Amino acid sequence: MVNFLDLIWLIPLFPLAGAALMLFLGRSLDPQGARGHHPAPLRKVISFLCPGTVLLSLIFSAGAVWQLAGLPEKTHQVINFTWLAGLPFHLADGRLASFAADWGFLLDPLSSVMILVVSGVGFVIHVYSIGYMAHDGGYYRFFGYMNLFVFFMLMLVLANNYALLFVGWEGVGLCSYLLIGFYYQKKSAADAGKKAFIVNRIGDAGFLIGMFLMFSVVGSVRFLDVNRVLAGGFPAETAGFGVLSAMALLMFVGATGKSAQIPLYVWLPDAMEGPTPVSALIHAATMVTAGVYMVARSNVLFRLTPETSAIVAAIGAFTAIFAASIALVQNDIKRVLAYSTVSQLGYMFLALGVGAYWVAIFHLFTHAFFKALLFLGSGSVIHALSGEQDMRFMGGLKDKIPITHWTMVAGSLAIAGIPGLAGFFSKDEILWQAYSSPSGSKALYVIGLVTAGMTAFYMWRLMSLTFYGRSRVRPEVHVHESPAVMTVPLIALAAGSVLAGWIGTPRLWGLPEAFRSFERWLEPVFAAAAAEAAGHGAHDASVEWLLMGVSVLVAILGILVARYLYQVRPEAADSLAQALQPVHRVLYNKWYVDEIYDFLFVNGLGKGGGRLASAFDRIIVDGGVNGAGWFTRFTSRLSIWWDTWIIDGTVRLISFTVKMCSYPARILQTGRVQAYALFFVAGVLLFFGYYLVR
Amino acid sequence: MHPITTAHYLWLSAALLLIGTVGVLTRRNIVVILMSIELILNAVNINLIAFSHYLHNVNGQVFAIFVITDAVAEAAVGLGILIALFRNKETVLADEVDLLKW
Repeated sequence: MVNFLDLIWLIPLFPLAGAALMLFLGRSLDPQGARGHHPAPLRKVISFLCPGTVLLSLIFSAGAVWQLAGLPEKTHQVINFTWLAGLPFHLADGRLASFAADWGFLLDPLSSVMILVVSGVGFVIHVYSIGYMAHDGGYYRFFGYMNLFVFFMLMLVLANNYALLFVGWEGVGLCSYLLIGFYYQKKSAADAGKKAFIVNRIGDAGFLIGMFLMFSVVGSVRFLDVNRVLAGGFPAETAGFGVLSAMALLMFVGATGKSAQIPLYVWLPDAMEGPTPVSALIHAATMVTAGVYMVARSNVLFRLTPETSAIVAAIGAFTAIFAASIALVQNDIKRVLAYSTVSQLGYMFLALGVGAYWVAIFHLFTHAFFKALLFLGSGSVIHALSGEQDMRFMGGLKDKIPITHWTMVAGSLAIAGIPGLAGFFSKDEILWQAYSSPSGSKALYVIGLVTAGMTAFYMWRLMSLTFYGRSRVRPEVHVHESPAVMTVPLIALAAGSVLAGWIGTPRLWGLPEAFRSFERWLEPVFAAAAAEAAGHGAHDASVEWLLMGVSVLVAILGILVARYLYQVRPEAADSLAQALQPVHRVLYNKWYVDEIYDFLFVNGLGKGGGRLASAFDRIIVDGGVNGAGWFTRFTSRLSIWWDTWIIDGTVRLISFTVKMCSYPARILQTGRVQAYALFFVAGVLLFFGYYLVR
Repeated sequence: MHPITTAHYLWLSAALLLIGTVGVLTRRNIVVILMSIELILNAVNINLIAFSHYLHNVNGQVFAIFVITDAVAEAAVGLGILIALFRNKETVLADEVDLLKW
């Protein structure tokens, strides 16, 4: 029997190998130009290899989780080597610590849920992509990026410390960027990729600072050590006032970037420019939940700072209702789902904020199924309509693409919260926790409830516009059901959407333990939180039944209203939009957030920064250059003065003296031969005269 | 009738020397200056020969021959310089050639 537990470091490496193979061999397996209906024969190799690597990861993950379940202490850490090492230094409270980050992996109940979701849903989506991407160029590039993404995502959820988690965190951001901009010839896609990257970078900066702060205070970035130090009555006074809150808040900033929460959610709707399987895998099921995972992973820290948790809950609730309101009126089928994702992530943060960590992870788990299903279903619709994404040109597709339709029905009912389907259990638990948890409140519950109604409404609006009513499909489009390679994954995910919730049924229902195994499974990770919640568990059962009934009622109401407006009497929707013209316009334009950001940051900060930079150039840099020039000129003038008056003066004085002294000699030098001859004769006469006279 | 004595020769020689010296000092034309130099040399020659005759010693006459030879060479060099000078300065006047001052 293979010991999968000690091989967890292998899990991420399979997809990495796939990505590396695509990098080096992909081009020769799928030559450029061999696209469309005559794919290169070797393309099949890619189609088997890349999903195959993810399947291997899934098998190893499942094996490891199975063996983990058999351990008494449900935590297994594998440290391959020390990856980063620094010199020792003293922490704020005087302890000696040295920065060290392992290349190490931690399998515990939380990460086992994550690796199963990532490799499981990832594998299904890989299979689906074989069909969806069949007509696209860059087949190997697509699968290479997807495999690389799965590698980084598995690194993220398996890492045993924050530094290695950050590697995965950045890596999935990179793959997200690459895949959003997959159709890089399209300007909007390239722009969306850049936007996602830049917005994420803002959050990442927060996460990094939080991580450094954590090291400087706690002295380690290893999850188990950090949790032990923090849980062991870490005195907040030694850390300094507000340090823990700042740490948690900075990490949450990172989470808002990656998990698309206000104020950094703006990149996710634009990310729909990527191929639909990418939207399903990265921007619905896995990567965007990284922030949720990270906060849940840091639950000890967040529980120590209730004020930060309150902020998390408030942001989550507000994001949930805000994004849902935008989703109400969007016409692009993928954009509705994108805003829906933002909204559902808001639910998860709401749950995290009120201390119901296992519920957040539960919703993450169920959401991965039904949102991936909805995205893949919408991809199947788009595929059937040869690329049409606008729901105003759909309708009446129910009988033409039946498998897509029925699986989408399952997904929609699941997300709407119809009892018995996955979304009901997780969402209802979130609402109940928002109401009943000691850090919850009625306001949070009401926001969540309204959002639930909106969710049901926009989902059924999507279904009505797409599948029911009169067909508005453009006449030249030939509608066709997708091939089996795409519909089988849909069916698999639909099964998940229907059944996944049954492992987390409400305690209230009194079902056997097996139906509540999810909470029990995660208990070791969130032990402290669970203990606290248990202390406050004394709520009236009748209240819980009532709230459950209300949320079901709201969901059904949302569906019925949407059905009435968009299916029974389609003209009513238009007249309602007319009547509520200003509201509709604001919602349709997404509350003008993009425009506000453009005004404030892109233009305001960008152009203001440009002006500042130009002023800096003009005053400081040019000033320096000009000053240096002026100084050189000044010193050269001094030098000229010295040369002219002192050096030249001396030289001239000497020459002048010599000239003055030589003046008498000069008049004798006439240059005339006869004058010299005269002196000569005179000299001779004088000479003889002297002798004669003597 | 007085016989011609050595003193007469000496007076002639002195006169020639004086004429030659004045010529060298006063005339501007270099040709004339050269001619005056010849006069001076010839005054010397007459002097040499007069004393050679008076002393009955032939050395003076030999020396006179050497002086004549020397005068020829001096005239040749002098005229050569004069021609070169004329080619460059277009003048044969000594006071116009005064480059060699200060």
